[in-house]
Amino acid sequence: MQYLAVFFLAMELAHRVALGVVMITVIILSVVLTVWSERRVAAFIQHRVGPNRVGPFGLLQPFADVMKLLFKEDVVPSSANRFYHVLAPMISLFAAMTTVAVVPFANGIAIADVNVGMLYILAITSLGVYGLTIAGWASNNKYSLLGGLRSSAQMISYELAMGLSVVSVIVLADSLNMTNIVESQTANPLYWNCFRNFLGFVCFTVAAFAECNRAPFDLPEAEQELVGGYNTEFGAMKFAMFFLAEYANMIVASMVIVTLFLGGYQVPFWSEAPWFVQVGAFAAKTVLMIFVFIWVRWSVPRFKYSQLMNLGWKSLLPLALLNLLLVAAGVLLLGGK
Amino acid sequence: MQTKNPPIKRIKLSFLERLYLPEIFKGMAYTFAQMFKPKFTMSYPEVKWKPKPVFRGRPVLVERADKTGERCVACGLCARVCPPLAISMQANETELPQERHPITFEINMLRCIYCGYCEEVCPEEAIVMSDEYDITYHTRQKAIMDKQQLLVPMEKVQARLDFLREYKNAVRNAAEQAVGEDAKK
Repeated sequence: MQYLAVFFLAMELAHRVALGVVMITVIILSVVLTVWSERRVAAFIQHRVGPNRVGPFGLLQPFADVMKLLFKEDVVPSSANRFYHVLAPMISLFAAMTTVAVVPFANGIAIADVNVGMLYILAITSLGVYGLTIAGWASNNKYSLLGGLRSSAQMISYELAMGLSVVSVIVLADSLNMTNIVESQTANPLYWNCFRNFLGFVCFTVAAFAECNRAPFDLPEAEQELVGGYNTEFGAMKFAMFFLAEYANMIVASMVIVTLFLGGYQVPFWSEAPWFVQVGAFAAKTVLMIFVFIWVRWSVPRFKYSQLMNLGWKSLLPLALLNLLLVAAGVLLLGGK
Repeated sequence: MQTKNPPIKRIKLSFLERLYLPEIFKGMAYTFAQMFKPKFTMSYPEVKWKPKPVFRGRPVLVERADKTGERCVACGLCARVCPPLAISMQANETELPQERHPITFEINMLRCIYCGYCEEVCPEEAIVMSDEYDITYHTRQKAIMDKQQLLVPMEKVQARLDFLREYKNAVRNAAEQAVGEDAKK
């Protein structure tokens, strides 16, 4: 009997590890696709064609770029702190990759369907900022330091609005578990949180853009003023890791937005959909959000630093608080769910 | 003394505009529409841009209409005017009506700055800027073009020749007009 229990435990563990490996592969491959589509969409918006030479439609371009970066010399500036200089990209990538662990891709399919899923996401995403800040500090370069400082200030300002809008979702779902949050939104699109909790959706999306350091909040790497910001002193694969982390962050943020606000894996008007349809629906919604990320980047110019702080503290935070109040009152009056 | 700046005109934004998001959506709708507009990009090696006559490409020597050699009379004006000293030539006598011709004529394309002074100064319309722009060499030696490489039949540069004639006439007319106005004073 005991052996059987151990066996089942081992099976369960193997199952999760396998799922984790699959997800990491999927994320890395989708980063490749996202980089490609970012360049293509950017080109289309600017009446250009974009990379279309390497492989069909230029799909192999990111692989070629990574090959180039692999063959480059790995330079650490002599005045930099070697240990942290090497550590920083690892932290960034680690934080970006581990967030995905609690996201449910279909009913019952998640690497770890823990009860504090939402808390885990908040914790890990705020860990990600250490990557940028340490990178900025360890480079021993003015521009890098400014980039790192900006990113930490930005995180602090937007984490609050993000947390508050997450709280409103949790109040609606009455649970921190990601699967429960998705289930609470039901298969009827009108009950999805982006409609039930519209203000929260807006706040969270804006905050997610800021957390990902994506335009219009890409101040930490503002090329024109900071020469690339925190990653100025990084080359070769260490730069590639930052790049990978940035895009992985974007994908994971899209996944989280989909889970919290767009009904996660729910297929519209089909509550008992088989798992592969649910995974397909989840993927389709995520791709849509990624497209929005790219689309916004090539439409909206970067904020000034003062505007960034104004927006975060004077608009987004009160708005998220007000939204939480409204949602809480609504749940109290209407009985929730 | 400092002059007073004109007052800055501040536009009063409506509530919707101050909300910021509607304006962002407007901008995003615009960029979305741009994605389906025709592209300006040319797939370069396959599709090549055909320059207009005003374009200054690789300088070439023009062949005479009867295909018996270059128009050049080796006067040396182009070599004299060339700012980076890219042109060099050796003059010689010839039985042809033009009496003089270059036995060697070289343009160092690594020096050439495509300024077009040579064609402007040439009294025989013998050297012109062609429409060739994708010029590459594997060695520096090959960048020095000799007379044979520079010689081009007249038809190929006819558009440029016509353009030059018009341009030179316009310059001459303007100069004469200026001289006439000076004389009136």
